[in-house]
Amino acid sequence: MRLPELLRHSWTVAAKDLLVEFRSRTAILSAAVFVVLVLVVFNFGRDPTAVSNVDLAPSILWVTFTFAAILALNRAFQLELENQALDGLLLAPIDRSSIYLGKLIANLVFVAGVELIGVPLLALFFNVRVLPYLGPLTGLIALATVGFVAVGTLFSAMTVRTRFAELLLPVLLLPFMIPPLSWAVLATGRLLAGRPLSEVVGWLNMLAVYDIVFVALAVLLFPATVNE
Amino acid sequence: MPAAIWAELAMIVVGLSSVFYLFTKDPRLDRFAASSAEVGTVFCAIVLTTGPIWGKPIWGTWWTWDARLTFTLFLFLLYAGYLLLRGAVTDPAARARFAAVIGICGMCEVPFIHLSVYMFPTLHPMPIVLKPSAPSLPGTMLLTWLLSLGVFTLLYVGFVVQRYALSYLREELEAVGDVGGGRGHG
Repeated sequence: MRLPELLRHSWTVAAKDLLVEFRSRTAILSAAVFVVLVLVVFNFGRDPTAVSNVDLAPSILWVTFTFAAILALNRAFQLELENQALDGLLLAPIDRSSIYLGKLIANLVFVAGVELIGVPLLALFFNVRVLPYLGPLTGLIALATVGFVAVGTLFSAMTVRTRFAELLLPVLLLPFMIPPLSWAVLATGRLLAGRPLSEVVGWLNMLAVYDIVFVALAVLLFPATVNE
Repeated sequence: MPAAIWAELAMIVVGLSSVFYLFTKDPRLDRFAASSAEVGTVFCAIVLTTGPIWGKPIWGTWWTWDARLTFTLFLFLLYAGYLLLRGAVTDPAARARFAAVIGICGMCEVPFIHLSVYMFPTLHPMPIVLKPSAPSLPGTMLLTWLLSLGVFTLLYVGFVVQRYALSYLREELEAVGDVGGGRGHG
């Protein structure tokens, strides 16, 4: 299948998902409230005199994003279980890869929305200066998010059809999230401490490699998760 | 240490046989991958228990977030996820496909974990046998090490063969109607 067609089909699938989400808005609202709650809980779970906010902020940010993303990922294919919607989607005359890419795009938009709420709240609650580093921070968050959402979308296609889907997805996904997450935490720490950009380029490159490898792998493997 | 090497190699075996499974759909390859994963889990458990026991008197601590210890822990968690997924899917064909997907992802994940943990400080010595110059391990130690590597290789092969035979019998049992390999009895 040619690339423009693949992308067009992917966008159709993504637009469908996003429209469903936009009409109901329940998932994004719950995720937003969840992010606020996690940040508030973190506030009570720390000793501000022992560790300075700037040192703690990267971990808080990424732990929050991890949990929020896992909640979001479960939703993507759960949606298709009702009324056997997934069968309808599979019967559509489009490539299986474009179904995966569509789901990936929709998930990315969803997680990006959550992160859009999370970063300003982190800056507000923990008094961290993010504005001077907004550009590189956005790039870093984008790179890390693409990596783990790509793997998560692939895994959630499998776990929704098992028992204990909500529990199994994090169990499978967290070992895969740890490398990008650890790089992202280290790089965020450097950025927020005002270190020069050249210090984080190495991590950004590794995140980019991770993204390329796992997006390609997921596109190739996705048909195996839905074949009947 | 030989157990750690085989714990890692077992993941690659799982990944490779998963790749071939997706192409050929041969149930034998799926059974082989599952056997290798289970033995890999056991080897990880060996490393994770004997490592701290040795580390306490030598390094003075049971656990440290040391590069190789962390790496083995990740590997253990990968295997755990793989086996949990196998347990959660009831349809054998879907189970094999899902497990293959996780197996392949796991294999591709190994180099990334390697990279990320080598950025952490380590208490372990740097590679001394497999390096560009000649091995710097004293001859007797090298001999001991190679011997134990050989023993663990045999152990791995032996375990996988046993486990493979077992899963074959269990599938036969499932085929004649006793679903779950005797779970019905109790």
